[in-house]
Amino acid sequence: MPVAHAVASGMNGVRAAGDLVARLEMAKGMKLAAAKQHVAERLGTSVADLADPLVMHEVRGELRLGRVFESETTYPHDPGPQEAKRNIAALLGLQIRGAGR
Amino acid sequence: MEPRFITRLGDGSATALTRSELRAELEEGTQAATAKAKLPPLEATELEHLLDIFASAARFSAVDIGDEVVLSFDGTGTQQQGSRVNALLQYEQCLAADTCELYHIDYSYKAVKTIVGVEQQAMKEAQERLTIPVHYGAQPDLGRYSAPDGPCGNWSELLPQMRIDDARAAQEEAVELAVEDMVYVATALWEAGADGINFDTAGAGGDADFLATLLAVERLRAADADMGIMVGMSGELVLGTHGRLEYRGTRLAGLRPAGQLEVVQQAGATVFGPAVNVNTSRSVAWNVARALTFMKPCTAVARIPIHANVGMGVGGVPMNAFAPIDAISRCSRACVDILRLDGL
Repeated sequence: MPVAHAVASGMNGVRAAGDLVARLEMAKGMKLAAAKQHVAERLGTSVADLADPLVMHEVRGELRLGRVFESETTYPHDPGPQEAKRNIAALLGLQIRGAGR
Repeated sequence: MEPRFITRLGDGSATALTRSELRAELEEGTQAATAKAKLPPLEATELEHLLDIFASAARFSAVDIGDEVVLSFDGTGTQQQGSRVNALLQYEQCLAADTCELYHIDYSYKAVKTIVGVEQQAMKEAQERLTIPVHYGAQPDLGRYSAPDGPCGNWSELLPQMRIDDARAAQEEAVELAVEDMVYVATALWEAGADGINFDTAGAGGDADFLATLLAVERLRAADADMGIMVGMSGELVLGTHGRLEYRGTRLAGLRPAGQLEVVQQAGATVFGPAVNVNTSRSVAWNVARALTFMKPCTAVARIPIHANVGMGVGGVPMNAFAPIDAISRCSRACVDILRLDGL
């Protein structure tokens, strides 16, 4: 069920920018179009890039926002979740309580 | 002779219908909602688009590139994935989830209250290990407050005895207790780092259940302006098990999705999840057309994001724990293409 929905209509989560858009919807009650626009502006990308895993993989790496890895493509110097979330909070102007203090 | 396309019934079983038969199913589905709730039917262009989605031999269907929406999940993970937090991490790293939800298998705020420290610890660990938003969710579950499970009278027993006033009094007492439990648990999980709180299957116990949810949301919003709060509904109609309860002047019994959204917005939630239940003996096409007709009026009044419920047995998705992807993907796409929602 979750895989089918993710492939059919999801924003790809941390593989792209789905988690960032989701944060604005949940925390701010921001509608999808506005949330996508806000994230794209902060990332310096187009809205169309937000669900593109290749574009976002590079952007997330450069901005240290956390990203997926796999066994043959590892990123040992990428930030851990806590640091990544602090960077996301600063980027989006959000308070993320689980990002450590 | 018209070719037949494999499609599904609401229980997930396969059937084969022609394009003409699928068209009839879609038209009957939207008319079923129209007749039940006096809503406008889907437009001809919308029905034609749905027909193209369903009259296809493709195993999978998906939205256009660029039309992707946010996915929020209730009850994320399953035991085969190891620990609860391991399951959340797999959703993030391997399943492309936009968000995830920590939950306890006894998915009730009343039950969670007794183990809230354990849930806080699990949330703390989840926040240390995940980057995507981790929500906490459970159900208002008002029935738990009635005898023999709870301290209040059992309105399901009182109503058939025609003890209407006693049944109403019992529900009003249960509302007060449920609000306290939901506020207690939600505040505790928020303090532990949750990125949002989900009140799932709101209204399952009727208008009193829904009122308790709204009052809890109102108190949480008053206490913290930054809390993410999602209210997911249980169905396309709030049952009047009490019948007289109101929220800020709106009678809750009988509310359809657009009316539900109005009061959820007033209470202060940040995301609303409409739910339309599935008729297992009709086709998925019929169920999707019916569900979209019920949910469509929400889009006109929404000030907050709408995430349609498209899990097992709602939003057209078959009532089966192992629903086939051909049906799930068509429901997913249909909701996004027709309703232009903010998420699922």
